[in-house]
Amino acid sequence: MSVLDKKAIVAHPGYSRWLIPPAALAVHLSIGQVYAFSVFKNSLVASFDTSLTAIGWVFSIAIVMLGLSAAFLGTWVERSGPRKAMLAAALCWGTGFVVGSAGIATGQLWLLYLGYGVIGGIGLGIGYISPVSTLIKWFPDRPGLATGMAIMGFGGGALIASPLSNRLMSVYDPGFVATEPGAVASGSALAQTFLTLGIIYTAFMLVGAALVRVPPGHGDDSTAEHSPGTNGALVRASSAIRTPQFWLLWVVLFCNVTAGIGILEQASPMIQDFFRDNGTSAVTAAAAGGFVGVLSLANMIGRFVWSTTSDHVGRKPIYVMYLGVGLVLYLLLALYGSVSPFVFVALAAVIISYYGGGFATVPAYLKDLFGTLEVGAIHGRLLTAWAAAGVAGPLIVNGILDRVGEPGALVAADYQPALFTMVGVLAVGFIANLMIKPVSDTHFDHDAHAANEERVATRQEATR
Amino acid sequence: MSTSQSSPTSPVLIALAWLLVGVPLAYGLWQTLVRASALFTG
Repeated sequence: MSVLDKKAIVAHPGYSRWLIPPAALAVHLSIGQVYAFSVFKNSLVASFDTSLTAIGWVFSIAIVMLGLSAAFLGTWVERSGPRKAMLAAALCWGTGFVVGSAGIATGQLWLLYLGYGVIGGIGLGIGYISPVSTLIKWFPDRPGLATGMAIMGFGGGALIASPLSNRLMSVYDPGFVATEPGAVASGSALAQTFLTLGIIYTAFMLVGAALVRVPPGHGDDSTAEHSPGTNGALVRASSAIRTPQFWLLWVVLFCNVTAGIGILEQASPMIQDFFRDNGTSAVTAAAAGGFVGVLSLANMIGRFVWSTTSDHVGRKPIYVMYLGVGLVLYLLLALYGSVSPFVFVALAAVIISYYGGGFATVPAYLKDLFGTLEVGAIHGRLLTAWAAAGVAGPLIVNGILDRVGEPGALVAADYQPALFTMVGVLAVGFIANLMIKPVSDTHFDHDAHAANEERVATRQEATR
Repeated sequence: MSTSQSSPTSPVLIALAWLLVGVPLAYGLWQTLVRASALFTG
């Protein structure tokens, strides 16, 4: 038996479940770097002497690979256990940086696509889902709290990576001053920064892999005691994707993410455009950067606070809030956002906290609907909604804004068509959420269900 | 199973594990707060 096997990482009695969230955070804080990729954009454009669009593809490939690998490798992650998955994620994520570094050093953009985009993207997908199912099994009483802590780390990872990357680039290229507008680091500094980040993240993720354990009795899925969904459901991933509940939740996540990305993608220019009068904005570029920081904080805090709240108020009601209240806030932003910067920032911050909350609460929603039997694999398949929204959100917003005016000359009213479109998107998600009912028992794995009932009865008998 | 394997996890180990992830997260949060403050001063 390898030390990586699920059977080898069964916790001994007395092993604290409070070691599992830091193990998960070590992975999510590392892979959350992907949302800070924009700090390299200007330097990469200069280094490869190419367009912003060509560099933008690196991020897009990584996010698409995240969705695809989470969907196709979800069952492997579930069966292999969290340690093997975290190791695979660490190796892919680290290798992605190293290959990307080689691409930068040799001026080969395709190597950056292959490294950071494809290999790193696979690491993102495996890493994102690797601790989720384990956390739910350790915290069956508080799944929202548990997954909220880990997925908060994904938001927090960008907060760390952005200043860390700027610091590394200025160490390797003393002429690089991150705060200067249009500053670019040399290709050599970029390559060394990528290499350093690859080493740091691999080491950090390996600590998570070393710490993680599965709860006692979960070394073998076929003999483990699973927590059923709210109506006793234990559903396999292959059956889950044939239920209307899965696809309704897919629509819910897609709509919530699409609407959030609508603001996140445009945050900095948007606040300046909302307060532009006679061609001049009352909001400076520095203040607009501060607005992006506020949104990052709201995104991270929302992941933890709202997901934890869902343990008390229920999953469906909290999505009614994300989508229903979110819809009203979007409407207020479109109609009254330009009244004052305070109103604008407050509305946008709450909307983005709902965006983060939607990500963090979805594994617990899946657990309620399908049980813990293969919840990690089902979660992986659901993340294709994220990849699709990552394409749809910016397409909708940029497509509409391109038609109404030139960047740098837009005003608040120009945003109304895009914002009203997002209100419609949220309304679709709101209705989809209301339509979600408990899963029919025709989709249950009856053999697993019967065996589970027997194990529960035996345990209860033994503890009586 | 030996006694040591069944003993409760040391609180020191739990604290170290949380410090390992808490310190970088606190650094990121602080840096972001500094950046966000520009919204009110910039």
